[in-house]
Amino acid sequence: MEKKPLLEVRNLKKFFDKTKGLFAREKKYLHAVDDISFTIYEGETFGLVGESGCGKSTTGRTIVKLYEPTDGQIIFDGVDLASIPEKDMLPYRRKIQMIFQDPYASLNARMTVTDIIAEGIVTHKLFKDHDDPEKAIQERIYELLESVGLKKEHASRYPHEFSGGQRQRIGIARALAVNPKLIICDEPISALDVSIQAQVVNMLEDFQDDFGLTYLFIAHDLSMVKYISDRIGVMYLGKLMEVATSDVLYDRPLHPYTKALLSSIPLPDPEHEDKGKRIVLQGDVPSPINPKDRCRFATRCNYSKILVKNDDDDFRDKIVGKFARETVIDHDQHRAVVEENKYITEEIADGIIEFGVKELYINRAKCFSKEPELKEYEKEHFVACHFTEEIDKGTLE
Amino acid sequence: MKKKVLEVKGVKTSFFTHLGEVQGVRGIDFELNEGEILGIVGESGSGKSVTSLSIMNLVDHPGEIKEGQILFHQEDGKIIDFTSLSNRKMNEFRGNEIAMIFQDPMTSLNPVYSIQNQMIEVIQRHTDLNKEEAIERAKSLLEQVGIPDPDSQITDYPHQFSGGMRQRALIATAISCNPRLLIADEPTTALDVTIQAQILELLKKLQDEINMSIILITHDLGVIAEVSTHVIVMYGGMIMEKGTVNDVFYNPKHPYTVGLHSSIPKSTKKEKERLVPIEGSPPDLMDPPQGCPFSPRCPHAMQVCLEDAAPLFEVSDTQKVSCWLLHEDAPKPDEIFKGAK
Repeated sequence: MEKKPLLEVRNLKKFFDKTKGLFAREKKYLHAVDDISFTIYEGETFGLVGESGCGKSTTGRTIVKLYEPTDGQIIFDGVDLASIPEKDMLPYRRKIQMIFQDPYASLNARMTVTDIIAEGIVTHKLFKDHDDPEKAIQERIYELLESVGLKKEHASRYPHEFSGGQRQRIGIARALAVNPKLIICDEPISALDVSIQAQVVNMLEDFQDDFGLTYLFIAHDLSMVKYISDRIGVMYLGKLMEVATSDVLYDRPLHPYTKALLSSIPLPDPEHEDKGKRIVLQGDVPSPINPKDRCRFATRCNYSKILVKNDDDDFRDKIVGKFARETVIDHDQHRAVVEENKYITEEIADGIIEFGVKELYINRAKCFSKEPELKEYEKEHFVACHFTEEIDKGTLE
Repeated sequence: MKKKVLEVKGVKTSFFTHLGEVQGVRGIDFELNEGEILGIVGESGSGKSVTSLSIMNLVDHPGEIKEGQILFHQEDGKIIDFTSLSNRKMNEFRGNEIAMIFQDPMTSLNPVYSIQNQMIEVIQRHTDLNKEEAIERAKSLLEQVGIPDPDSQITDYPHQFSGGMRQRALIATAISCNPRLLIADEPTTALDVTIQAQILELLKKLQDEINMSIILITHDLGVIAEVSTHVIVMYGGMIMEKGTVNDVFYNPKHPYTVGLHSSIPKSTKKEKERLVPIEGSPPDLMDPPQGCPFSPRCPHAMQVCLEDAAPLFEVSDTQKVSCWLLHEDAPKPDEIFKGAK
């Protein structure tokens, strides 16, 4: 069956201006979402994972234009949402709904459950042709409450009377009330207890089957994302690093970041065979403000650096054209032969050899000078890495 | 014979609010030996954090340890009951023989003091080192927990550190006096998975190096499986099941533990199995169920479960379970007892 795209995000960018002061020399932009493209097909669940600050929530919010996109296209049902004016957005706001992470903050404490759920129905005038709209709305609300596992009596209560799991159910009922096509679930289960998470996830899956919904599921809990998603995109520092079907991504991750991320998940299985094979990443996520033109992951990547020893015959060839990882200091002459992150030319290489360095950590020049594009490596498996093929085949030195 | 570090006997802790008594912990018993990592797992409101605060004797007004003993075994064999100590006396132990790290590293660090000042305060309080020596000690501790370039980083303020680095700094402070016991209350919950992996590796490494015992409190079964040697499963302020990590993960006997396992996706499985959630929601500790706290949600609940909380039945030398199903006259449902010895 031909899959029909419902949402196409093309080269989406969202920058936040972080320039401080009137006389700042240069503009500072936080590149929250930096040129990402992906497609969500009708009826599927697309998972978006990444660590905090990677831009996954910003992506979700920019798609519904809670944030004005800096650049790019958001093509929903053939219409580019990024280019239409705010006043024409209303019908799309009905078709795209959102469920938020914090069930305590996302419901207005001064509104009853009925008011909360009815707000969307009234705004979009869904029952305006009905004989008795008020009665119809009330019935619809009862029906919705029942379908999310709450009771009729709950309709007149206020949010503080409910537990976290029940509030999330109200949030889901509110999203379903206007018959959406796409629901953006922004960490919908992160704030819930383990036993309640499964209730909510099962409910989301049932609604998908019943109403043919499409989900964009944003989360950092990788095992749950794998469970619920058909395809997954992995984000890091505003960029998509890898996109694949969830089975392929977990069985055969190709991007070094995905590999590390997956191996970091603590498995609820004390004697699992993969124990001890964990790739522990060094360091922290770098700043997303005015990022340099290089692979975003290069600073933490296990593949971007190489240890070269001087006893190799081809030492000179190996270091020319790479970047020095550390500053190499010639103590006798009190000078730096090469500074950190500087390109090693032939002259510098001669200097390093002459000065008798035993071993040297170098960075791959490609990783540190050019940003890799997200390319289709295999069918439906996209990877943004300069060395995908070498890593896959194990030929990377 | 392993040396004991801590014995908790019949502890009950309540909070007396204007709405009534909230029974945070309702009678728990356990012990911890030297070199063990005890994981306490439970959902929000299960009493796991109140347990840790009770051990540290840090339960504040309107809370109170109503009953029970917390016996701390010192290196030289002396046994001290924490519940009988005054706050002043207790301070000699806190930070010295028993240390604690919390979930949110930012709120446990003082933003207006540098890391150096906060670390040497603890060190100087419990040792005779002078300021220079204390700074040297602090630097070597930071190095031990993997903070790069401690010479320059140590004078930084907490806001200049990332979340993972703050947690490292806190761990460095906590181990500064070589405590016998470290209590880590959700130490990685606020961190990203890749940083979480770093911190868990660090805890394991430290436990190995300085042979301290750790109580690790978390809601994440994965984290427990990763580092613990022993596990306690708490629910509604009571212990439901305790045993070694293999007991609790491969041979769970309490319906709640079984329910927890089936509500998380098994990431190793290829084919997709529908999750089996535990229906209902956790109990209200203001008015807890009369019998077993899990009985209103338990698929196997019997009349006796609603009336009386079950005692801890012994399944094996290491595993104890508080469930009436373990009684010899009780039915043995397949999903719990299949494959059992």
